[in-house]
Amino acid sequence: MITVFIFLAVLLLITLGVAAYETYMERKVAAFMQDRIGPDRAGPFGILQPLADGGKMFMKEDFVPANANRWLYFLGPAIAMTTALLTGVVIPWGGTLTIGDFTMNMQAADPEIGILYVFAMVSIGVYGIMLGGWASNNKFALLGAIRAASQMVSYELAMGLSIVALVLHTGTLSLGGIVDQQLDGLWNVVYQPLGFLLFIVCAFAECNRAPFDLAECETELVGGYHTEFSSMKLGFYLFAEYVNMFISSAVMATLFFGGYDIPFFDQAGRTEWWVTALGTGMFFGKIVFFIFVFMWIRWTLPRFRYDQLMNLGWKKLIPLAILNILLTGGWYHLKPYIFK
Amino acid sequence: MSTAMQPLTQRSRQVSNKKMSLMERIYLPAIAKGMMITLKHFFTVKAATVKYPEELRPMSKVYRGMHVLKRDDQGRERCTACGLCAVACPAEAITMVADERKKGEEKLYREEKYASIYEINMLRCIFCGDCEDACPKEAIFLTDRLVPTDYQRRPFVYGKEWLVEPLDPSLRVDVSKRQTPEVLKFKEQRQYSHNR
Repeated sequence: MITVFIFLAVLLLITLGVAAYETYMERKVAAFMQDRIGPDRAGPFGILQPLADGGKMFMKEDFVPANANRWLYFLGPAIAMTTALLTGVVIPWGGTLTIGDFTMNMQAADPEIGILYVFAMVSIGVYGIMLGGWASNNKFALLGAIRAASQMVSYELAMGLSIVALVLHTGTLSLGGIVDQQLDGLWNVVYQPLGFLLFIVCAFAECNRAPFDLAECETELVGGYHTEFSSMKLGFYLFAEYVNMFISSAVMATLFFGGYDIPFFDQAGRTEWWVTALGTGMFFGKIVFFIFVFMWIRWTLPRFRYDQLMNLGWKKLIPLAILNILLTGGWYHLKPYIFK
Repeated sequence: MSTAMQPLTQRSRQVSNKKMSLMERIYLPAIAKGMMITLKHFFTVKAATVKYPEELRPMSKVYRGMHVLKRDDQGRERCTACGLCAVACPAEAITMVADERKKGEEKLYREEKYASIYEINMLRCIFCGDCEDACPKEAIFLTDRLVPTDYQRRPFVYGKEWLVEPLDPSLRVDVSKRQTPEVLKFKEQRQYSHNR
């Protein structure tokens, strides 16, 4: 029991650390793709930049608009941050860690409905944005909040449907179970390429990342839902976005890219803790790659217009996801007849 | 206008509203192409950044920056407070108060009249260089120094303590880039109203 708490504390720290350094990575990736150097003043290569940014956030005036709903105004960033951090609990970060007599599962909890839990937390996350946008009593913030809500509703459908096809393939909703299957066989992306494509597009939309960042949309809505937020409340919103990005990268790696599976790697003859550590390292490698893809897309594509966003969600992604379910279901239904 | 518009350049292109093909409508090949372009830039030389305090951007040889009020070889102020620069200034940024040179000040001022107050409002100044052209005494020049930033407006009104160059010969401000022999020769030609 105590090990689980320690594991959770470590997980919390790692998540926050990764999120902090994602901001640095984002600025560096953006700079590199625009032929710039990026932040390089705080420490060697600017690696202390997240600390400087965080310090700046704390120094800023914590402003509450006059007619804001104070309670909801405080609740918004808190919900956004809390739900973002809660999701990491069900993700299998590695195999079983064995050092001597001590064994620990690198997954804090493995409920049988792991995927549904992730979805539930992501869905609650939108309340943070909605409440914050509503409570700040500002038209731009309200528009941003409305956009965030409708966008989440639209894309959660396609995301859920793309996962239905995956679940048809795996036969389990437990994230640990899904990774275990991929340890022996091929990665799920081989079986569900269309599902993965739909999932990654919807993940961009769920994380409010470009090209779907209509909720903040600084060119039209000043700052969108966080227009009126300042100081660490704004910091929480921005931070929650990066935590969400980290978690959705982890979910993508878990569901479609084998989790902590290392391809073409023979475990025989190596100590167990070493194998687990390598697997976790591999998992983080995959996560960093997906985070890079998030940023790569952001600094390549312009933002969608609102009607384009809705068209894509309802008229393209959802029919494609249903088609994917039909194909997958048909395949598993007909397989016994074809391969007798 | 009965005839069709004649193109002025060769750059005009015929545009069309043709229906997009399936590959174009899928949009993914175009995304992949764009991502390859950004990835290519990710690995290219980072040429867009100039690390400012250490590196300076190359400036034009005749860059017009902060003004200087020159002294002559013996360290006397050249300015005689004639006011031609203030008259020439299109932004009305220059003001001055003239004063008479007293006995014993011959080492400080070159002629009998001098500017006791000489102020340039750097927020008004448009750095056109007309003051420099107007000056008959070769006293005011624009240099390649930049006007430093500030949080208030008041410090941008530069008095003589900012504008007159230091007495120390090693700290004199070099204006040879703007006061070239060609410029000096042009200024001698009195047939131009500019130089009268």
